[in-house]
Amino acid sequence: MRLEARDRVSRVAAIGAPLGAVVATLVISALLVRWAGAPVLASFGALLQGGFGSRFALAETLTRATPLIFTGLAAAVAFRARFFNIGAEGQLYLGALAAVAVGGQLGGALDLPSPVLFVAMLIAAALAGSLWLAIAAVLRTRLAVDEVVTTLLTNFVVLLFVSWMLDGPMKDPTAMGWPQSVSLPAELELTKVIERTRLHSGFVLALLCALALWALSKFTAFGFEARAVGANAQAARFAGIRVDATVVKTALISGALAGLAGAVEVAGRTGYVTLDMSPGYGYAGIVVAMLAALHPLAVVPAAIFIAGMFVGADSMSRAVGVPTYIADVIVAVALLAVLVATQIVRYRVRWT
Amino acid sequence: MDLLADLLDILTSVSFWVATLRIATPLVFGVLGVLLCERAGVLNLGIEGIMVAGAFAGWFAVHAGAGLWGGVAVAALAGAGFGFVHGFLTVPLALSQHVAGLGVTLAATSLAYFAYRVAFPQLTEPPRIVPFGQMAWLASVPVLGAVTPLTLLALLLAPAIAWILYRTPLGLALRMVGENPAAAEGAGINVTATRIGAIVAGSALMGIGGSFLTLAAFNAFFFNMVNGRGWICVALVVFASWRPGKALLGALLFAAFDAGQLRLQQSAAGNQVPYQLWLMVPYLLSIIALVLVARKAAYPQALMKPYRKGER
Repeated sequence: MRLEARDRVSRVAAIGAPLGAVVATLVISALLVRWAGAPVLASFGALLQGGFGSRFALAETLTRATPLIFTGLAAAVAFRARFFNIGAEGQLYLGALAAVAVGGQLGGALDLPSPVLFVAMLIAAALAGSLWLAIAAVLRTRLAVDEVVTTLLTNFVVLLFVSWMLDGPMKDPTAMGWPQSVSLPAELELTKVIERTRLHSGFVLALLCALALWALSKFTAFGFEARAVGANAQAARFAGIRVDATVVKTALISGALAGLAGAVEVAGRTGYVTLDMSPGYGYAGIVVAMLAALHPLAVVPAAIFIAGMFVGADSMSRAVGVPTYIADVIVAVALLAVLVATQIVRYRVRWT
Repeated sequence: MDLLADLLDILTSVSFWVATLRIATPLVFGVLGVLLCERAGVLNLGIEGIMVAGAFAGWFAVHAGAGLWGGVAVAALAGAGFGFVHGFLTVPLALSQHVAGLGVTLAATSLAYFAYRVAFPQLTEPPRIVPFGQMAWLASVPVLGAVTPLTLLALLLAPAIAWILYRTPLGLALRMVGENPAAAEGAGINVTATRIGAIVAGSALMGIGGSFLTLAAFNAFFFNMVNGRGWICVALVVFASWRPGKALLGALLFAAFDAGQLRLQQSAAGNQVPYQLWLMVPYLLSIIALVLVARKAAYPQALMKPYRKGER
């Protein structure tokens, strides 16, 4: 078999392929639910009910979607320029650490007014993510070191660094030996958007970032350059675009967004850093970006969908006893199915 | 100076060299698996998840009564299965190899964890199996007498793969589709089939590498037990410039560093340093290895370039 580019996208393929992706995901997850010995329809009902079915469920889903929007944007902006930042998980943790270091530790020592401190905290988090990713970007542009492997490996380095910090310099002395950092002061915490839920104003900040990134990529020269570099780096260089500079700039933005994810998690939800504060938000952000076809605005619904799956799987697990890992399987299968679907829309398969 | 004295003690102990071989074994399988895929022109980032799936599948098969070699075979099959998925996505469908590989890793990891939880819903401790032991017929040989048959298999696999790659028509075909698929096609080689075959075979090796963890290094399946070993293999293959012999040496060198840091960590002088810094060593080493060779790395010419008949 081989692929042939379609001259024009047929309507059947444009509608049928995404629909097929949804059906394939549903069928495979249904088989897994059966395998776990639970009734399929009741389980899917519990999943949807738990993820989207009530005011509380929805607020919980949006809370979970907040860091995913940030990491999804981080992946989307980088992948668009063909800079494969797989290190959002590490950048998120560094952002969280920087937020606590500035907001909690430095702020306690300097006695700054809290709005100033709040902004300083966000900047510190963004810088931490940015500069960390800049190392991988410079290694790529200067020494031709593949960024995929370096960003993957540095995730482990960061987690160990966090563990060290929580054991030593940033340890909360009142935490009874639990590895957690000192807390942010209450006045730096993000306000709740809906009462009696955990949804905080970080979600609004995430929406604003999505909007800003969309404007940046649509209306600025940088946005055009990044897209040109992603589409064809050689052609971009020939057209006079400074490819390496564009890649480094992209990395700075991507790392900043992932770092902000950490700061917003700390200021909005946890109040301090722990080693399990992110259940893989950095990696899930890549899936978010792919489901959104790397479009900044589409990142928002994609993140809400994935967050809903995870929140819903928790309550489904309690209701019908299907392991919560079903959410990870659904998300992974959805990713692969959507990838196949986009390719089928673009190409036709010729059997030879 | 204390640290230096400790280091000398470590290098002269048999247990250090046994540990080096033990740490190297899953890496040798993994790096040779990556090598087969990349020599055929395909980056396989599915390795991390495939190793998790192999670790789980092999252990579960043995737990269900399959026998240790049966477990290894099941792990290879699981790896081959995910490899086939990866091959289908990247070769005929020509999807981005980065994204497809990460997708396979996510799918394989989550499926393994899901299957584990379906099989053992309530357990906090996984059931143990009786793992591979030392080889009685090698008992009198100093270091090799203390390792498991899987380690011996890994050591023999490197020359075997070198022989296949450089001395057989199959190996020539595999290298050709990774260097110049159009020329390979002209020589009557089926590029699609050769690439998928290489990915399936390489992924089977990755699966076996994962199963070493549950069937020899430990005796049960734990979450997060692969812990980045797959990614390290992806770095090591660049360091080895895609040659099986160098891949074996690279894995051994890496394992020696890792075994050394584990022992220094426990020595009196090494105790002064936070243990997390010691644990960073393997990851940092992999990055340094990449930086050292990246500039002059001779990537297979068609790596990450999908091939379509009739296109230039």
